[in-house]
Amino acid sequence: MGTNTRLSGNEAVAYAMKQINPDVMGAFPITPSTEIPQYFASYIANGEVDTEFVPVESEHSAMSTCIGASAAGARAITATSSAGLAFMWELLYVAASSRLPIVMAVVNRALTGPININNDHSDSMGCRDTGWIQIYAENNQEVYDNYLQAMPIAEHCRLPVMICQDGFITSHALANIQLLEDEEVRGFVGEYNPEHYLLNPQEPLAVGPYGVSPYYMEIKKAQAEAMKDARERIRQVGKDFGELSGRFYDMIEEYRMEDAEFAVVVIGSSAGTGKAAVNMLRERGVKAGLVKLRVFRPFPREELAAALSGCRAVAVMDKAEGFSGCGGPVFAETRSALYDAETRPLMVNYVYGLGGRDVTTDTFETVFDALQKIAEDGHVGETYRHIGVREE
Amino acid sequence: MENEKKTVEIRWHGRGGQGAKTACLLLADAAFSSGKHVQGFPEYGPERMGAPITAYNRISDTENLVHSNIYHPDYVVVVDETLLHSVDVTAGLSEDGAIIINSTREPEELRKQLKGYKGKVCAVDAEKISLETLGKNFPNTPMLAATVKVSDVIDNKKFLHDMEGSFRHKFATKPNVIDGNMKALRMSMEQVKVG
Repeated sequence: MGTNTRLSGNEAVAYAMKQINPDVMGAFPITPSTEIPQYFASYIANGEVDTEFVPVESEHSAMSTCIGASAAGARAITATSSAGLAFMWELLYVAASSRLPIVMAVVNRALTGPININNDHSDSMGCRDTGWIQIYAENNQEVYDNYLQAMPIAEHCRLPVMICQDGFITSHALANIQLLEDEEVRGFVGEYNPEHYLLNPQEPLAVGPYGVSPYYMEIKKAQAEAMKDARERIRQVGKDFGELSGRFYDMIEEYRMEDAEFAVVVIGSSAGTGKAAVNMLRERGVKAGLVKLRVFRPFPREELAAALSGCRAVAVMDKAEGFSGCGGPVFAETRSALYDAETRPLMVNYVYGLGGRDVTTDTFETVFDALQKIAEDGHVGETYRHIGVREE
Repeated sequence: MENEKKTVEIRWHGRGGQGAKTACLLLADAAFSSGKHVQGFPEYGPERMGAPITAYNRISDTENLVHSNIYHPDYVVVVDETLLHSVDVTAGLSEDGAIIINSTREPEELRKQLKGYKGKVCAVDAEKISLETLGKNFPNTPMLAATVKVSDVIDNKKFLHDMEGSFRHKFATKPNVIDGNMKALRMSMEQVKVG
């Protein structure tokens, strides 16, 4: 069952798209996600998929293409990064509020400026409140697996999904990967049979009409309910995927957290580096652990509270600057998730890895050293910190 | 903090357009074929032809968790000798490891330029081998073979066998290139000087 091979993160996503063979792709190239439509276009040219490829003149049009296709009843996909994602901004809201299950591969890159092509999460964190489900990957295997789970989640919840991976760090790195067979993928993802769609002559409908005040709030409430309900669907699909592949997924991943006194909360590829640091610290007798946020939208509030409430000190890592003046978005939401817990750890925020600033096991060692000091002192001191900034 | 040293870490230095990134990915490919867990990744920036570039490999028997660049490599490969003037190529390099340089010079002479590095210094004339076997200067194939020979990170026979398979696949429409590439690999493995 399955194929053991090696692919870059971008190739892995394109390959998952090929195995799914969706109806429509609208795409415009931007580093570091360009390779995804590029590989996929070659599958189309070779006749390996029969997807309609719409080579548009901008990301605004790429998302508009997906919205039109999805409203018509088709499976629609795209891929982008950074400024490309920003250029879709208005349409991200249109897609989500029209309840269109579009799947977008986001290859995370710093959102300007100064202009920078390297990785951080400022692009997708900036659009965290657009109503899209957001799922992040630690490595190439996970981005492939997450992509295969995206449509069963999106189409059930009638919400669009972003499948995020770290630009260059996984998108351009060759690594081992297990692929499912085409039939397994098609069986798992299934056929898309939308209940309501524009091209159904039996049921004329409007998509994206004006929302008058007497209805607007009900529509937004329904959208919010769908996002709350998405938690259960994400867990179920992660479990079903595990039964198929042997690789199980949940909202968060807890790594050596059973008896952890000190923990970091982190998203994406740095979770792997953090795990390596946790292993080294455990060998030295430090009760270190790590919680990886796989899903950021919907936010795994209960899971985080349960995972972290027994710790003495926790560092929440933000790979995006929120400019709130008091910490990044992951910190704000994680700390809020613990507010109702009976016991709460001391909690500190580290903004890290912006614009491709490298994140090493040393980075995490420094963070865990700080956590031990915070626990000893009994107070956090400055909660809003940056790590990896040159100081000369 | 050191990584668990069961992982072999390699850092490549080259110039944009010379194929250092390709050689790095080929090494990951070959190591994968011999059953290893691999990573092969370049460090990206505003690239220009001729500008210094860096690429990395991690090769191990278990999953590679770490996603950072490599600061304490076991081996360093220098595809363009002129980088010795401008880049600190031995930075963090293990003294139990080796540096492998594309050069016509002898290892002992090269060592003088390496800031007192005490590990092995290896030299191979990749340009000459490439010109003899391929008729053009593609230093990455000979540098790849020299790296495999010096590091022994992949069984040498298995490496040659797998590379032949991948060249047959890659150059299916130009079979005459396959023999030249295989010859370049073998010559480099024979000629690399370890000092």
